[in-house]
Amino acid sequence: MAGIAEIRPKEGRRKSPFRAALEKAAKTIVTVVVTMLGLLFITFFIGRVMPVDPVLSIVGERASKEVYEAAYKALGLDQPLIVQFFLYIRDVVQGNFGISLRTGFPVADDIRRVFPATMELATLGTIFGVLLGVPLGVLAAVKRGTWIDQIARVIALIGYSMPVFWLGLIGLLLFYGILGWVGGPGRLDIFFQDEVPQVTGMILIDSLLDGNLEVFRNALTHIILPASLLGYYSLAYISRMTRSFMLEQLNSEYIITARVKGLSERAVIWQHAFGNIKVQLITVIALSYAGLLEGSVLTEIIFAWPGIGSYITTSLLSADMNAVMGGTVVVGLVFVLLNILAELLYQFFDPRAK
Amino acid sequence: MTMIPQPRQGLRAWLLTDTPTSRTHARLSALYQSWLSFRGNQMAMFGLGILVFLVFVAAFAPLLAPHDPFTQNLLARLRPPGSAGYLLGSDSLGRDILSRLIYGSRITLYIVTLVAIVAPVVGLFVGTVAGYTGGWVDIVLMRITDIFLAFPRLVLALAFVAALGAGIENAVLAISLTAWPPYARIARAETLTMRNSDFIHAVRLQGAGPLRIIIRHIWPLCISSLVVRVTLDMAGIILAAAGLGFLGLGAQPPTPEWGAMISDGRRFILDHWWVATMPGLAIFTVSLAFNLLGDGLRDVLDPKEGSQ
Repeated sequence: MAGIAEIRPKEGRRKSPFRAALEKAAKTIVTVVVTMLGLLFITFFIGRVMPVDPVLSIVGERASKEVYEAAYKALGLDQPLIVQFFLYIRDVVQGNFGISLRTGFPVADDIRRVFPATMELATLGTIFGVLLGVPLGVLAAVKRGTWIDQIARVIALIGYSMPVFWLGLIGLLLFYGILGWVGGPGRLDIFFQDEVPQVTGMILIDSLLDGNLEVFRNALTHIILPASLLGYYSLAYISRMTRSFMLEQLNSEYIITARVKGLSERAVIWQHAFGNIKVQLITVIALSYAGLLEGSVLTEIIFAWPGIGSYITTSLLSADMNAVMGGTVVVGLVFVLLNILAELLYQFFDPRAK
Repeated sequence: MTMIPQPRQGLRAWLLTDTPTSRTHARLSALYQSWLSFRGNQMAMFGLGILVFLVFVAAFAPLLAPHDPFTQNLLARLRPPGSAGYLLGSDSLGRDILSRLIYGSRITLYIVTLVAIVAPVVGLFVGTVAGYTGGWVDIVLMRITDIFLAFPRLVLALAFVAALGAGIENAVLAISLTAWPPYARIARAETLTMRNSDFIHAVRLQGAGPLRIIIRHIWPLCISSLVVRVTLDMAGIILAAAGLGFLGLGAQPPTPEWGAMISDGRRFILDHWWVATMPGLAIFTVSLAFNLLGDGLRDVLDPKEGSQ
């Protein structure tokens, strides 16, 4: 970016802050729109090069030539590719991802149904990751070079190196199969299914709203294992980032000043150093949340969790391309929005970024 | 290092000299000194040891494996680890798990090597061209990079494999297609710092064209930061490949791919834990080794980024 800025002629007068803010907002919107168009182009392209014939999968193998032609036309496949692309964008903007061949429902409805389950899992996982990862990172930075730092490093390294689906299996074997401490796969035991009315789609919240503590407790035993698993991955990332942010602060001169003034070590660490990394941490947490949405794909399969990850993969295995592409676009959109949100939060809270 | 310079002989002294006699000499000397500082990092050496062992196992798989990895023996199904002839047990078709792991190391190395060749080269090309050319080429290329970065990698890889069909080569392609953008960013950043430096101006004055400048003068200087990043990414590549294999989208049965082996053992996890556990341990060990090695390399090659 620096290179481009140099080439442009400098403007003579200073811009008003209002105009600067407006330009920034416009720039962000353009970025989001261009990125989304790119995402759609990629999914469109993937859908086109698919070896599966979309017409055959609708009309069936034994359809007559006339029926095939009619369906071919109805799908708009006789149009030029560029027209097809615009038709695709129009559909997506209207929230129309087509009909899922596997479930028989519109893909958009399916996604609306499964998405809260993923949200619930990823949110709880992020909460675990933040509650454990931030203190661990701070501790590792403060006790730098000691055995505590080493243990924190090993914990993070294991998190970076462990296949999530394998750890899930082992966890299931240990805590469900052998110890029997947690509920098995799925979101609820079978006899609690459909007992609470759906409001948000997140069972933990719905059961509380309904005042049904039994369902809440059961849902908790089911979610605790996959959520702590995802939480571990988020912990690995958050604790490492927290450590390096904290080290940067603890090495600065204002920390020495604070110590010289005779402040307690706790005040130095938590008020002075930690106070200054909060903004960076918010960004990291938003990114890790986005990462968990992705990490939940494999976790959901292990735990038979009916979220967007299982939805995409089961659709994939039954060659249901509408569902796969719809799911991919939605996950991509959420990912982009979380990234933008992280950036906005950063700019909002950090006066230096303005 | 003593204060009084003493006459030293042999290769070591030649490598540690302060007055190199030729360009090759200087390069070898720098390499040896990096190696010395790398060798001091125990964790990284441990990682390197594991990887050397992995390459050894993959190279001599037919000699090391006690059984054929494909031969089924239904009389010896699901034998627990330690039973006669089956050190790590046998799977649901009576195949020796140890032998399958040994042959599986070849597939892991194959995938990792291919991705490690394809993705950084694409990234290097895109990044240096964007950084050196500047202007609208830079804007367009970086926007494309951002679009790929905006996609969650595993989901994008899933979609690609869905389009291309399952199989090792397609898995490699899908992972590479999702792995190149960070390299492009690094290469671009490095190029921007070099673009206006004196030595590039000097080469340009001698009449070198943009392509020659990029390939001969910019690429070599981007390599070290890319190598570090690739090594650190290897673990992620292995995990992604194993994930695709686990979903049945990577190597197809009966290929002894580690991720597919876990998926095979998943059905028996509650009664026969070893079928899924052993390949998982293998994946974990190898990706841990790459992480340790990457950390060590980063400290040596890229001190400013080092884990303080």
